Amino acid sequence: MVLGISYQKEVFVSEPRMDSSAGYNTSAAKARQKWRLLQDKVATSLVTVGGLSVIGAVLLIMFYLFYVVAPLFAPASMEEVGEYPVPAIEAGETLHISLEEKLAMGTRITDQGQIIYFDAKTGEVNQRTALTGGEATAWFPVSEYTNTHAFGFDNGTAQLVTLAYKTSYIDGVRQLAPKIEYPLGEDALEIDEDGGQISGIAAAVEEDEATLVGVVDGDIVLAYYTLEESFMTEGLEAELDDSSRFTPSVSPDYLLIDPVGEWLYVADKSGQVEVFRLYGAEAQLNELTQLTTNGEALTDLRFLRGGISLLAATANGEIHQWFPVRDQQNDYKLALVRSFEAEAGVAITALTTEHRRKGFATIDTDGSLGVFYTTSQRTLMQEKIAEDLVNFNIGPRSDAVLAETNDGKLKLIKLDNEHPEISISSIWGKVWYESYPEPAHIWQSSAANDDFEPKFSLTPLAFGTLKAAFYAMLLALPLAVAGAVYTAYFMAPSMRKVVKPVIEIMEALPTVILGFLAGLWLAPLMEDQLLAAFLVVPMVLLSILIFGFVWERAPEKVRLAIPEGWQPALLMPIIVIAGWAAFALDNPLENAFFAGNTAQWLTNVAGIDYDQRNALVVGFAMGFAVIPTIFSITEDAVFGVPKHLSNGSLALGATPWQTLVRVVLPTASPGMFSAVMIGTGRAVGETMIVLMATGNTPVMDFNIFEGMRTLSANIAVEMPESEVGSSHYRILFLAGLVLFIFTFMFNTIAELVRQRLRAKYSSL
Amino acid sequence: MSQKPSVKTWFESGSPWVWLNAGGVAISVVLVVGLIGLIAARGLGHFWPAPVFEASFVNQQGQQETLIGEIRGSEEIKAQRLREAGFNLPADGPETYTRHQVKTGNRDLVGLDFRFALEKEIAGRYYPEDIVVLERTEWGSFYGYLVEVRENGTVVAGADDPNRFQVMQERLERVLELREQSKHIEKVDIGAVNHGLERIRLKTRGLELDGKTPENAPQAFARLAEQRAELDADYKVLEEELVKLYHQLNRDSVLMRAMDGREVEIELSKAVFAFQPNAYSLLGKIGHYFEKMWEFVADEPREANTEGGIFPAIFGTIMMVLVMTVLVTPFGVVAALYLREYASQGTITRLIRVAVNNLAGVPSIVYGVFGLGFFVYFLGGSIDALFYPEAAPSPVFGTPGLMWASLTLALLTLPVVIVSTEEGLARIPSAVREGSLALGATRIETLMRVVIPMASPGIMTGLILAVARAAGEVAPLMLVGVVKLAPSLPLDGNFPFLHLDRKFMHLGFHIYDVGFQSPNVEAARPLVYATAFLLVLLIIGLNLAAVSIRNRLREKYRAMEN
Repeated sequence: MVLGISYQKEVFVSEPRMDSSAGYNTSAAKARQKWRLLQDKVATSLVTVGGLSVIGAVLLIMFYLFYVVAPLFAPASMEEVGEYPVPAIEAGETLHISLEEKLAMGTRITDQGQIIYFDAKTGEVNQRTALTGGEATAWFPVSEYTNTHAFGFDNGTAQLVTLAYKTSYIDGVRQLAPKIEYPLGEDALEIDEDGGQISGIAAAVEEDEATLVGVVDGDIVLAYYTLEESFMTEGLEAELDDSSRFTPSVSPDYLLIDPVGEWLYVADKSGQVEVFRLYGAEAQLNELTQLTTNGEALTDLRFLRGGISLLAATANGEIHQWFPVRDQQNDYKLALVRSFEAEAGVAITALTTEHRRKGFATIDTDGSLGVFYTTSQRTLMQEKIAEDLVNFNIGPRSDAVLAETNDGKLKLIKLDNEHPEISISSIWGKVWYESYPEPAHIWQSSAANDDFEPKFSLTPLAFGTLKAAFYAMLLALPLAVAGAVYTAYFMAPSMRKVVKPVIEIMEALPTVILGFLAGLWLAPLMEDQLLAAFLVVPMVLLSILIFGFVWERAPEKVRLAIPEGWQPALLMPIIVIAGWAAFALDNPLENAFFAGNTAQWLTNVAGIDYDQRNALVVGFAMGFAVIPTIFSITEDAVFGVPKHLSNGSLALGATPWQTLVRVVLPTASPGMFSAVMIGTGRAVGETMIVLMATGNTPVMDFNIFEGMRTLSANIAVEMPESEVGSSHYRILFLAGLVLFIFTFMFNTIAELVRQRLRAKYSSL
Repeated sequence: MSQKPSVKTWFESGSPWVWLNAGGVAISVVLVVGLIGLIAARGLGHFWPAPVFEASFVNQQGQQETLIGEIRGSEEIKAQRLREAGFNLPADGPETYTRHQVKTGNRDLVGLDFRFALEKEIAGRYYPEDIVVLERTEWGSFYGYLVEVRENGTVVAGADDPNRFQVMQERLERVLELREQSKHIEKVDIGAVNHGLERIRLKTRGLELDGKTPENAPQAFARLAEQRAELDADYKVLEEELVKLYHQLNRDSVLMRAMDGREVEIELSKAVFAFQPNAYSLLGKIGHYFEKMWEFVADEPREANTEGGIFPAIFGTIMMVLVMTVLVTPFGVVAALYLREYASQGTITRLIRVAVNNLAGVPSIVYGVFGLGFFVYFLGGSIDALFYPEAAPSPVFGTPGLMWASLTLALLTLPVVIVSTEEGLARIPSAVREGSLALGATRIETLMRVVIPMASPGIMTGLILAVARAAGEVAPLMLVGVVKLAPSLPLDGNFPFLHLDRKFMHLGFHIYDVGFQSPNVEAARPLVYATAFLLVLLIIGLNLAAVSIRNRLREKYRAMEN
């Protein structure tokens, strides 16, 4: 050791001072003394700082997890960053305003058919274009996501316009230029063949078809177009395929058609809605219902992103979310899913939805801006921003709001609303997701389509975690406790010396190996010989008892050949034989009772789902991993019971078993309790075994033959592909935090119990 | 105990419960031994050269078929299942049939390496001595007969040459040597050139970021251009050399006949190893066994990790553990010293001790989550922004890598080291400390010269246990730096030699990846068992070492206390 060498040298140098007491007072000795003391001081502070910082670092884990998770539950906040007069106010009143992706530009569509592009920071007009179809008589926002709008004209025609941007980079600086596109061609398309004035319009455009709906003289006119790519212009060519006209029973104040052209909603100001199912231009009345709950007036009706949910804003400040749900007769009927309240009694002026998420915002007659999220049912913000607001929109990234006030000003407001989709209730409670028949606990973090509603319920994962832990403990607890009690109390010391390390070595076995064996060896074996897995338990138990009974009645000569406390060694071959017999019996029994294949019989006859990688396999593998933990602590606790207690009991005539049950175990029970706690903690946090030995499907079913997904496996599967800082990322951290707190709590309780037990033993 | 043979009295005596408890121990031991035995048998059996049989039979479609392959496993299968699978079996036949899993190789010809054959189908199998197994760099092994050896298309050893296998072996040896050379050039020499070019690119970018242009700093740019030209020239030379080698490599080929009678020409440059399993003597088999075992430990993986060796995984595991040890030792020991020797032993210290103890029980995946968030994205991202602006947008330390994996595992094993060191410190009788202090030594001198040397076995135990734990941990590594196939080792001859930012391979992850993510799980399974066995061996060895050190330590102090 390097330290040892330097020590030797120093001793050599300081040796002379041993010779005479005068040596202590030489200046060299004093300096040395000072140096030594200084060394000591420095070392003390170094060790203290070092030690405390290591412990601090360890605590940092918890705080960092909290730090990452905290933003999930923060409310939204806002900050006004600009105010300017409405650009080109002379061009008419605003129908629609919008912001560009990075908030560099904005657009305004007016009732005079003008499209104005302006600088979103200053309001300076950048470009002003008139609609080629002239002054519009009706307008409908087809898609906020692409900023596409439908305009109806007084001659029975309509036009679709997309307000886009051309982005280019010059020397790495982003340049934007307005670009107006016509998704269905620049020429207006005919809706009403008689040329009546269109007073209301809605449109749905898909890849190869488009449905245009107009209101003409209070009638609904449907025009169904097929789209084909034109060879000449490389644009789309629309061809009228079919059209129809009918009179709805409610006044068509609000007209909505979903993006795939399947549902048409016609609503009036009183909140009555007529729902039609569309087949091309054919409309079939589906239902007539009321969107407001207490008969109050409807003030705005919009689609949530994705076009499945309807958001109905009312005159008394409520917003109701509706979507079609399949009922018992297999018919779709609108269902009131959840309601929000912006400000009681204050009428909502307008409602707009987030472009990329399932959130929405409202403005009301008080000039307040409200921000909400549907899935998590959260009201994130409700703040007054002006005396009166007339129009507004959210930025594409939901990070800003552009609002127009009554007195002709535009306000640009930055919004900080990163994680609205998470709330305590959406994580742990049942949530009614779009297109689901009822509220449910679901974990589904991603999907292929981009208007997907993420489903972040940790409940099925927590359930899976506990299920796996439960089945693991079912195997581990009896085995480990029985084994530990025997090892500590009955076993011959010479055998104990071997057995204890053997079982403790199990603890060090990498769980990836257990998981691999469970998934690739045990799972197929069990599927093939399922009955054997169940036969093994009674057969082994029975054979142990029978052997014990026979052994005790064996001639003394045989019995004494094996010293007391070596019984397990005798039992090992018996267990191996019993296990082998169970597998040998499996085939004939399965053939006789379960049509040759128990797993298939379960599915086909008993109606119980069977996964190859199921809770039984996990319980077996993870139980195996937990046995040594429980064994080791229980054994220590039982072995630590002072000998004079058991000796006293035995001296009073109790049998060894009575002594064990009445004296030893009660004394050791706190230690056994802490063993169970620590074992459970280990089973809950184990990752690799469950990752490899379950199908990782997040189902909530206690069926032993089905798999599960645990919190830990979920982190391992999804963490590498989650985007840093996203809600998904943070919620995975939350899963980690939950695991951390859970195991920390269990371990702390166990540790405290164990410490008290130690104090008790030392006092006995 | 009662001598009356009555079950009732027997139960009353409590003796059955004792037996059941004994059963608990026995079952646990049987499970442990059985598990290790299973892994060992499967892992070690893989390297033994299995005899390769040939059999002709009439298959289910009624055609005559010849099968060449080795039996990899056999199972009893229920007649019911076979019937479901479309086998035409007599109703009065046996209830179960023996089914063999046969490795036939020749994936390029038949699509799959494995197939099943019923015992009754291949009952008439025989073992011709001249069957050749040719392991290749792609498409797995080839099983069949050697027909001809060719050089540049002309036959040098024809079908009538009894020594053609020896001729092929000689030529294969030459090919292997050439391949070794070309690999060295590709990996080491060209690797160094590429590394140099990348460094020049980063330097150029760094200069640009500093606002320098070829106009205002002509010297710096000229120097870099000169270096680049030099490297480019080096590259040219190496490339030419390689082309020459490739040309030589492609000289020889062999003509092989597969089980279905097709003759295939295989270039020797694509072969790795050839042997005639049925012609081996016992000594030959033993030699083959150890040769394959060595290949497994020392070679690189082939074919998406399903063949070849696992050297990079062993190396990665060892590197990771070493770096982790370097990190965890000082911190763990200092923390334990503080807790045991410096801190006042009050409630707070007790609580801290409980907390540290409990951290050992926190799930490892939580450490992985923390490591990814804090080390990789936060620390690594900051390091990149500060020191590697020229590499942007590709991250250097802001991505999972060896450094962060080691640090995460160091944090994970810190409690183990602290607890074990503390235990070592606690065992030292206080008389020893007091004696040192009484002789005038300062506290730190006492620690350094008396206490720590005496506690060093405890520290060692802690470290060994930490290493054992780290070597087997997989879950956190999946988040902070392990990959299924690392293009280069974290240690090589290019400056700065130890590349802490690189991703690495790991034995445990290798098991998970090859066993569960591999496209050819069936073929890879024996390798996974072998890897698992190696890992088990390593970890049991480390644990036994720790146990024996601890026991010796106990003996030592027992003597001192008396």
